[in-house]
Amino acid sequence: MKIASIHGALLDFRRMELLAGGGTALHRLDPRAKLLVTLFFIGTVVSYGKYAVTGMIPLVIFPVVMASLGELPPGYIARKIALLSPFALVVGLFNPLFDRTVLIHLGPLGISGGWISFSSILIRSILTVGAATILVALTGFPAICRALEQLGTPRLLTVQLSFLHRYLFVLIEEGGRLSRGRELRAFGNRGLGIGSFAPLIGNLLLRTWGRAERIHAAMLARGFTGEFHLRRESRFGGRELLFTVGWSIAFVALRFWNLPQLLGRVVTGITS
Amino acid sequence: MHMADALLSPVVGGTIWAVSAGSIAYCSKKVHRELDDRKIPLMGVLAAFLFAAQTINFTIPGTGSSGHLGGGLLLTLLLGPHAAFLAIASVLVVQALFFADGGVLALGCNIFNMGFIPAFIVYPFIYRNLRGKKLNQGRLTTAIILSALVGLQLGSLGVVLETWFSGISALPFATFLLLMQPIHLAIGAVEGIVTVAVVGFVYQARPEILRIATEDLEPGRYPLRGIVVTFFVAALLVGGGLSLFASRNPDGLEWAIARVAGSSELKAPGGGIHGFLAALQGRTAVMPDYSFRRPAGLTAAGLKPGGDRKKEEVERLGTAAAGLAGTLLTLALVFGSGLILKRRYQPAELSS
Repeated sequence: MKIASIHGALLDFRRMELLAGGGTALHRLDPRAKLLVTLFFIGTVVSYGKYAVTGMIPLVIFPVVMASLGELPPGYIARKIALLSPFALVVGLFNPLFDRTVLIHLGPLGISGGWISFSSILIRSILTVGAATILVALTGFPAICRALEQLGTPRLLTVQLSFLHRYLFVLIEEGGRLSRGRELRAFGNRGLGIGSFAPLIGNLLLRTWGRAERIHAAMLARGFTGEFHLRRESRFGGRELLFTVGWSIAFVALRFWNLPQLLGRVVTGITS
Repeated sequence: MHMADALLSPVVGGTIWAVSAGSIAYCSKKVHRELDDRKIPLMGVLAAFLFAAQTINFTIPGTGSSGHLGGGLLLTLLLGPHAAFLAIASVLVVQALFFADGGVLALGCNIFNMGFIPAFIVYPFIYRNLRGKKLNQGRLTTAIILSALVGLQLGSLGVVLETWFSGISALPFATFLLLMQPIHLAIGAVEGIVTVAVVGFVYQARPEILRIATEDLEPGRYPLRGIVVTFFVAALLVGGGLSLFASRNPDGLEWAIARVAGSSELKAPGGGIHGFLAALQGRTAVMPDYSFRRPAGLTAAGLKPGGDRKKEEVERLGTAAAGLAGTLLTLALVFGSGLILKRRYQPAELSS
């Protein structure tokens, strides 16, 4: 990752945290409910078959409703979604090359299975990335960690995640400064090789190690016994239950009835 | 290389999630019980260090391009397998949620490919054996470079297998393998050399850090059997359970085939690994309906002679048109409702 892109990612990260501080009803919902519904949504999306396209479209309702009720800026979310996994897209682009069987005829136009399954991959990417982005923008990282812990994730991992979250910004900025300093002192590509890279990273590593030791000493001084004590402020009540069950029923229904197909039959049946 | 949700089937994704979750649970217990709690902040801060290290690039001699440290192997060498596995898992969680690398379902696969493989396959079987008990820079170098090569080869093999078993991508197995493995050989070589350089620096500056890591290597403190058994039991249970569930209802592919070919089952190509797997499935019969289909079979089944074909053409055209019209209508409804929800919300916000 280039420095510019990782700094951009960092800014993005901060913006997500700011969005998570919003005060809508969705923000106030217990994070467990949002996490469970998002997981169920992603499970529903990937459960569709390889050539499913129309059947998946109604699922767009979940990110759209969540983003509008949560008052998330649509442009920002759309931009985040537009940075789809390049790996999935590159792999998906091979589908039209290898799968040339014509599956659908639209008048004289024959559409091959490869293009259909590629569009399916595209829609899957949009839906899964969108759902995860919206989850984070509505909940925030610390609350997701807390929800994970309440749902049975080992405490050690959630403690790790909290540490990572707390020191990520400090260390990325430190790395960025080191890197900028080195680039300013380099001449073209001279001086940017492994010869200067290893001591630089090694120094950063040793400094990080020292920092971890100081943090540990400070934590011991404050009575650390291996776990964090977090304030529990939300509970899984009736609203959360309604939210979870409601969306789950909606996903199951959309999964088993192909809404666009039904709707399309009604429309074309009436007009023809 | 991060696996993505869009390429995964629920059976593959769920199975590997179960393996990764089981390993996380096992490692947490292990680190909590056996290691000193000094490691807890160390793991978290070193995980953050990986992100910082990735902001710094180096030029690769002879190519003009630049690379950065992946760092999974470095973390495993410094923290030992259990603690490193947890640290790598936490890095991947942050990448999945904030940097949109991979996805929530693919996180299981990514933790397996980039955490489980280096920590529990490469570290004990390659690194530990090659390195020996006494610190020696020559053997250390060989061990690290080979570990990096093998780790990245296995990791990319994992990506290929997960993609192929999921069946969403149409890439043939061999082609995909030929695309992925050579790239990762080069990445592995670079990663190995850089890790050697960084470890060499640490070794000269503060050798005791590496000594602490070696203490974990003492035999008897490292019951690998536990994790291997957990791995297989979890994989069997979840894989079997999910496949049974998945085979109950005809999925979208079968639905598509039923539309196109008039029958819901296709003859899978007989030869090669497909034939072998089909035979294996027929014998085990745990997953009776979950066969590995290839749309190539459609050419044989999809063409029907004579008048039948014309009728089907009309039928298909109708289906496609209905699908298209319905899709547009649905999208309009969805985004319309989104706009209405937003409009309704804003006045309430203003008046309060």
